[in-house]
Amino acid sequence: MKNIWNFFAGTLVLVSKGSKAYYCWVFFLLILMGIGALAYAYQLNEGLIVTAMRDQVSWGFYISNFTFMVGVAAAAVLLVIPAYVYEWGPIKEFAVLGELLAVSAIVMCLLFVTVDIGHPERFWHLIPKLGLLNFPQSLLAWDVVVLNTYLVLNLTISIYILYSLYYRREPKHNFYTPLVLLSIPSAISIHTVTAFLYNGLGARPFWNSSILVPRFLASAFCSGPAFMLLIFLLVRKYTKFRIKDEAIQKVAEIMAYAMFINLLLLGAEIFKEYYTDTVHLASFQYLFQGLHGHSALVPYIWTAMIFNITAFFLFLVPATRKNTITLIIGCVLVFAGVYIEKGMGLVIPGFIPDTLHEIYEYSPSGTELLLAMGIWATGLFVYTMLLRVAIPILNGDFHVADDGVGSYIGDQLFIAQQKDEHLPEPAHSEAEPAA
Amino acid sequence: MSEIIKNDYAHHSSRRKFLKTLAAGVGLIALPDKNASASLWEEFFQKHFRELSKEELKNVLTRLETKYGKQFSKQVTVKATPPIEGVRYGYALDLSRCIGCRRCVYACVKENNQSRDPQIHWIRVMQLNKEKGVDLSQAEHYYNPDKVPEKGHFYMPVQCQQCENPPCTKVCPVQATWKEKDGIVVVDYNWCIGCRYCMAACPYGARHFNWGKPGLPAAEMNPATHYLGNRPRPKGVVEKCTFCVQRTREQPGRYPACEEICPVGARKFGNLLDPESEIRYLIENKRVFILKEELNTQPKFFYFYAT
Repeated sequence: MKNIWNFFAGTLVLVSKGSKAYYCWVFFLLILMGIGALAYAYQLNEGLIVTAMRDQVSWGFYISNFTFMVGVAAAAVLLVIPAYVYEWGPIKEFAVLGELLAVSAIVMCLLFVTVDIGHPERFWHLIPKLGLLNFPQSLLAWDVVVLNTYLVLNLTISIYILYSLYYRREPKHNFYTPLVLLSIPSAISIHTVTAFLYNGLGARPFWNSSILVPRFLASAFCSGPAFMLLIFLLVRKYTKFRIKDEAIQKVAEIMAYAMFINLLLLGAEIFKEYYTDTVHLASFQYLFQGLHGHSALVPYIWTAMIFNITAFFLFLVPATRKNTITLIIGCVLVFAGVYIEKGMGLVIPGFIPDTLHEIYEYSPSGTELLLAMGIWATGLFVYTMLLRVAIPILNGDFHVADDGVGSYIGDQLFIAQQKDEHLPEPAHSEAEPAA
Repeated sequence: MSEIIKNDYAHHSSRRKFLKTLAAGVGLIALPDKNASASLWEEFFQKHFRELSKEELKNVLTRLETKYGKQFSKQVTVKATPPIEGVRYGYALDLSRCIGCRRCVYACVKENNQSRDPQIHWIRVMQLNKEKGVDLSQAEHYYNPDKVPEKGHFYMPVQCQQCENPPCTKVCPVQATWKEKDGIVVVDYNWCIGCRYCMAACPYGARHFNWGKPGLPAAEMNPATHYLGNRPRPKGVVEKCTFCVQRTREQPGRYPACEEICPVGARKFGNLLDPESEIRYLIENKRVFILKEELNTQPKFFYFYAT
């Protein structure tokens, strides 16, 4: 117990230390979080009428972001499988960072759902025994269960590993391996259940298609890794953490396959709807062409299509995959492309035209944008804090001191340009802790 | 009702105790004004409608009557009249008679205390083309001519279809909405968390959300209310047509407001289980159809052509 407290106290000291860049980044996030909090206070006071959602389009930007973030969270499994199942060294070294990303993404998911509901203070109605969770009837109840399970699993695994390393012990295989194995189906389940949530509604033909689950999974395996790669490239550049090129290449390769499957499935849906040409085509028409003069989403979906296809080729061709610049461009394109396609592009057309064929054009209000920005900042803040602790531990720069009570902090800066990175031959002697 | 509320009583007593202690504890610490806070916390920790004991239900209804009485400065009754044995409500609407005057829409708003601003309507009347028939993609929702009916058009009011197989209740994560024994789908406004999953699931656009604080002028407030029906709603919850549960469950009962107001007699309401009822006659003898039959929602709202 005392050890746990010492570890916790040590991490608090650690996160308070850092370079100017680290402080600026954290304060920047805190400001955005503050703005988000104000927007939420305003929304709580006025009601959800301050959003652009209405009865016709009853879910909007918040649930779009939620759906997207579930995908990002699920994608951590792409690191976990090669790392723990195949024991592939280059990825195993940083699989924990993927798990922590999953934790941060789930935190964002929970926040996006919380701000979307009309009575967040009644959350206890969802707690079994205390409230009345409608399990197993409601897919939303399933989502509550699997998301929280996944959160707890990832927290347990990553904290256990970091905690062990902090006390300079080898993490026990027979403790974390079962949890890791459980986290794999759990990752699949969060995305499957989230897709089922839309999929199971006969009222919404746009979602009521059996390839929705594979589409969700395929797109998650593009967007999640894209986000991870961007972060790993940043981590590699601005912290002391080393990530091998081959690991990054492997992830990029997986993304190329996933993007191919994603585009194939989307194409299959488009073919089916356009060729059969039934009334159910309306939502696709609204999304891709505009319907009865309403075309708010058309520019977005075509942007997403262009982004996704370009990125697919960038990842497919080895030369562009291996070039850092084109790799970064590809990641940004995938991230933005899937964010549009799986966010607004998936949720909104489900409601347009609505069940009585009315068209209400939705685009997020200022409050929705500010609040969503606040939640993104919160997610990044959580991830920054987690990385601030995890990276020094993995590097051996943060561990228990020789007296067994205090902690040794070797990395005082955290975020700092790593000069040796771009030299043809890394000069390791210069990479000593700045402290 | 007794059958509904007696269940689970013993089962949940430990939870109740826990909640009570918690409520008392938190209330004591957080709020200085004892009386005002007591009812606030009571409301916060109120159990699901179907888990309330008789005694608890009585307290809840009294608390609500006091609250609404103060809010609207008039005597308000909040009943919880249970379903009548042997009754299953059905509705039929004669499309050949409806003239699209929307009197039903506004009678409903008045009877059921819907928000005036922002506007909530439980009934949506669509103007359709006679040439096209019942093709919703051709529907005009906001028709506004000087005189109805317009030539070449017919009108189709849509409200909650009170499905036998309701997709909306299935998806609710907290069981805040359910189908009663008389077939009416209701919402516990004190239990709904406002996630709006039911609105995504409803194929008829019958569910409505209180996006803002409901604007209900005290003078226009209908004080004869039912817990599951037309009592004033808070912001952030879903509401819907209940076939005027506050009228139809009374004995002697009254017709739903929309049925009563219809100037052309297009609306018919009755007990589906009574072989002698008018509604049974219509279903058996007229050309009847239900909306979106392929979804297997099994509406108890029938459209027919009498002429």
